[in-house]
Amino acid sequence: MLNVGKIEEGFVLDHIQAGKSLDIYHHLKLDKLDCTVAIIKNARSNKKGKKDILKVECDINTLNLDILAVIDHNITVNVIKNGEIVEKKELVLPREIHNVIKCKNPRCITSIEQELPHIFVLADEEKEIYRCKYCEEKASNSSSQW
Amino acid sequence: MRHLMNPLDFSVEELDRLFDLANRIEADPARYAHACEGKKLATCFYEPSTRTRLSFEAAMLNLGGQVLGFSDAGSSSAAKGESVSDTIRIISCYADICAMRHPKEGAPMVAASRSGIPVINAGDGGHQHPTQTLTDLLTIRSLKGRLGGFTIGLCGDLKFGRTVHSLINALIRYPDVSFLFISPSELKVPDYITDMLTERHIPYEEVIRLEDCMPRLDLLYMTRVQKERFFNEEDYVRLKDFYILDKAKLSAAREDMLVLHPLPRVNEISVEVDDDPRAVYFKQAQYGVYVRMALILTLLEIEN
Repeated sequence: MLNVGKIEEGFVLDHIQAGKSLDIYHHLKLDKLDCTVAIIKNARSNKKGKKDILKVECDINTLNLDILAVIDHNITVNVIKNGEIVEKKELVLPREIHNVIKCKNPRCITSIEQELPHIFVLADEEKEIYRCKYCEEKASNSSSQW
Repeated sequence: MRHLMNPLDFSVEELDRLFDLANRIEADPARYAHACEGKKLATCFYEPSTRTRLSFEAAMLNLGGQVLGFSDAGSSSAAKGESVSDTIRIISCYADICAMRHPKEGAPMVAASRSGIPVINAGDGGHQHPTQTLTDLLTIRSLKGRLGGFTIGLCGDLKFGRTVHSLINALIRYPDVSFLFISPSELKVPDYITDMLTERHIPYEEVIRLEDCMPRLDLLYMTRVQKERFFNEEDYVRLKDFYILDKAKLSAAREDMLVLHPLPRVNEISVEVDDDPRAVYFKQAQYGVYVRMALILTLLEIEN
């Protein structure tokens, strides 16, 4: 059994679907931050059998976690201060997401103008449907679009 | 500064004002003959569309303005690889308003986000063609005297036809509209539209034969089965003659039913129907000019 120590301040992202932690690492742009990150893959989970966990030691105001709701809102976000869990953050779907999902519509203007940001707008909160801001193509749930 | 990307960009009240203005133009065109003197409309057409482009140009010329532009991407700087954003910044220096058609969906929206002048989406791929929808609405309002309180049959290519999807989205904002979708099963209206109608408790039916529903219709909106929407010639040839409106079929229709068509037609409406007073598709093209005149005046904020 592998043991990763406590963090003083930051986040513990728990119940990540097994194998997805590296995707989230990149979506949160953790590679750009100069902080300690523990990526735990395939940890044992009573609920899911296997899960990934990310532990990020950083100022809790430095990360925008909205995107997690789009990726998988089953992820549990624990906010840590002074080594203790001070909050379990509720994930809220962002109104707009920039450069996370790529529009796959070959007729979309983004298919020929590479410098345009890929922007998806929350079209239906209940059904969690995002549509491309330009061509209104629905974002698919397939990971190939991420 | 406002742009027009989608027919729903304007509220029902704003559309009413636009259509009132279009009807005033229709009643007294001379009064508006100099309204846009000194103003220029740029028609930036990255793909050919003679009808829409000429309608925009006629609208601006009728208002006393001038027009400039290009009518296919090959004769524009796009052929050299210029982005839509750069092109519109340049066009903003030359003209006061721009009508843009582009084969890529969302291109006019990109232009609008960078433009110093109002941009009108004159058709972007299979996505939106708002001035066609405004034309359809103005035609119905002018000739029926109301928007709402009717049964409309939409016939032909309901799967790919953006004018149909756009018109449905525009009409559901009005009260007591019910829809009859008349198409072969291969070209049925997409599920997201029927799902939306069900959710909003808006009555609709899907039928196969045009003859069966004719007596129930207040309006019949015919569409062309577009060759360019098919991947192979065989499918196109098999389906294109499915729904042809001729005198015999029209004889079952009410005396006050109206037949609309976004044009061009191929053979889905027999020419023998053209002289029937219920056939209003050529009048519809005339309303297209009036609504574009009203739109240009509105977006340029010219008092009238």
